[in-house]
Amino acid sequence: MKYIVAIIQPDRMDEVLERLTDKKVHLVTVTTVMGRGRQGGIAQVYRSHKEAGTLLKKIKLEIAVNDDFVDTTIEAITGGARTGEVGDGKIFVLNLDECIRIRTGEKGKEAIG
Amino acid sequence: MKKRRIWLGLAGLGLGLMAGALPALAGDADTATAAPAVAAPVVNSGDTAWVLVSTAFVMLMTIPGLAFFYGGLVRKKNVLSVLMQCFFLMCAISLQWVVLGYSLSFGPDIKGLIGNLSWAGLNHVGVEPNADYAGTIPHQVFMIFQMMFAVITPGLIIGAFAERMKFAAFAVFTLLWSTLVYDPVCHWVWGIGGFLKTSGALDFAGGTVVHINAGIAAIVAAIVLGRRLGHPHKLSPPHNLPFAVLGAALLWFGWYGFNAGSALAANGLAGSAFIATHIATAVAGLAWAGMDLLFNRRMTVLGLISGAVAGLVAITPAAGFVTVMGSMWIGLGAGVICYLFVSIVKEKLGYDDALDAFGVHCIGGIWGALATGLWATTSVNSAGANGLFYGNPGQFLIQLKAVAITVAYSAVVSYILLKIVDVVIGLRATEQSERIGLDLTDHRETGYTMLD
Repeated sequence: MKYIVAIIQPDRMDEVLERLTDKKVHLVTVTTVMGRGRQGGIAQVYRSHKEAGTLLKKIKLEIAVNDDFVDTTIEAITGGARTGEVGDGKIFVLNLDECIRIRTGEKGKEAIG
Repeated sequence: MKKRRIWLGLAGLGLGLMAGALPALAGDADTATAAPAVAAPVVNSGDTAWVLVSTAFVMLMTIPGLAFFYGGLVRKKNVLSVLMQCFFLMCAISLQWVVLGYSLSFGPDIKGLIGNLSWAGLNHVGVEPNADYAGTIPHQVFMIFQMMFAVITPGLIIGAFAERMKFAAFAVFTLLWSTLVYDPVCHWVWGIGGFLKTSGALDFAGGTVVHINAGIAAIVAAIVLGRRLGHPHKLSPPHNLPFAVLGAALLWFGWYGFNAGSALAANGLAGSAFIATHIATAVAGLAWAGMDLLFNRRMTVLGLISGAVAGLVAITPAAGFVTVMGSMWIGLGAGVICYLFVSIVKEKLGYDDALDAFGVHCIGGIWGALATGLWATTSVNSAGANGLFYGNPGQFLIQLKAVAITVAYSAVVSYILLKIVDVVIGLRATEQSERIGLDLTDHRETGYTMLD
């Protein structure tokens, strides 16, 4: 079992979620986060007080998948999120030790899907 | 029988004479409004309606206007502290005004410096007009109109010490400040017998009394309290600019009452003051936005609204004395000068005037007061005077003197009051409180819940 964390541009979210649904990956948690990559971000100006480059708004997707779904999930995310511009984001794949469905108490592979 | 009747008659005469003499004995108050040689002033319903409406307009300027303008500019964790301070002022200063502030400000004069207490508790302030101040509206209406000015003035100072002053210290300081700084300066400029009024200083709606007065107290407070943690390198942007825009728009709206209402009549002067107010504001907003464009390559919402507020401040002393052209120049000056102060001078000198109370209100007020000395013309208001551009350089000097005296007095007494409050209560919130936010530490409340 793997836990996939993806940071993407906010305006790509709808496209990514659509592609995930097409690939039968339904379960996902979405949060809005702030972040930056190698470039600085957009500096805000407040009554002429310029701030150093700051954080930008991003969307974080978290998806628990079975091993056989990892590649399709990555494909869906990449396909929906890639624009070719700097700031497209990143995907992290973590090992998942356990997954439990709260309602039924199921564990492991059955609980994920 | 005849003797008794004579004695009764004499006693009655004596009593009658004493009754007639009582008002003179009771105090000097009545001489201010007593025994007019002409017919008693008559209440005009149009004037009264307009001043009552203006009173409500100016009330709107403190809450919600100033409250949300400042509230949107501070960090989320301090939004309630600002709203609280503004709302509290509306309650507390209103009370102070009827109990003693109005008497000190507008009451019978003592040596040109202050009013006496004979009008305390609105004694002798009835529905009959006071011909010295506003002959066609009830005296009480004049009083409550002026009350709203007294309320908003200390509110302006909030901009300087926002996000780091303890609420208790704020409450005590502003009550003292109202009584010992606002009321005297108000008397000097607007009270009958006030020495600056006597010297011919022109202040239509409060450039000196309100803006310079509060603005100087603001810079003093900013310096005495010290900078916020993290200033100037780690500053947070306004947490809710939409609030700030809402507040600024409400201020503009309310200012029609502030300026045009100060004509104290529903007449042509109110109309021209309304127009001057509006146009100066419009030009000032564009001027500041233009400066933004020049220096930052783009116009900003905060710049546009700040410029508008600066214009409103600057036109305040001039509104009823200048033409529309004059108001345009005043607005232009306000936008440019205040922008420079806020963006360049403030950064260079390094003081933490959190919301630019000094940069906008003091500097804008000084520009407006001096500009009145340039552009005032009796063709707009025969009760005013001509300024330098209309052949009377003397007026400019009179304005300068009034500005200088107000600056000196407000600076010194504000400083003393701050120091006293600091010793007795302590002015500044602890570092921990400042980090957590004043909403939670002073009031145990949050403006916005994280979850439902």
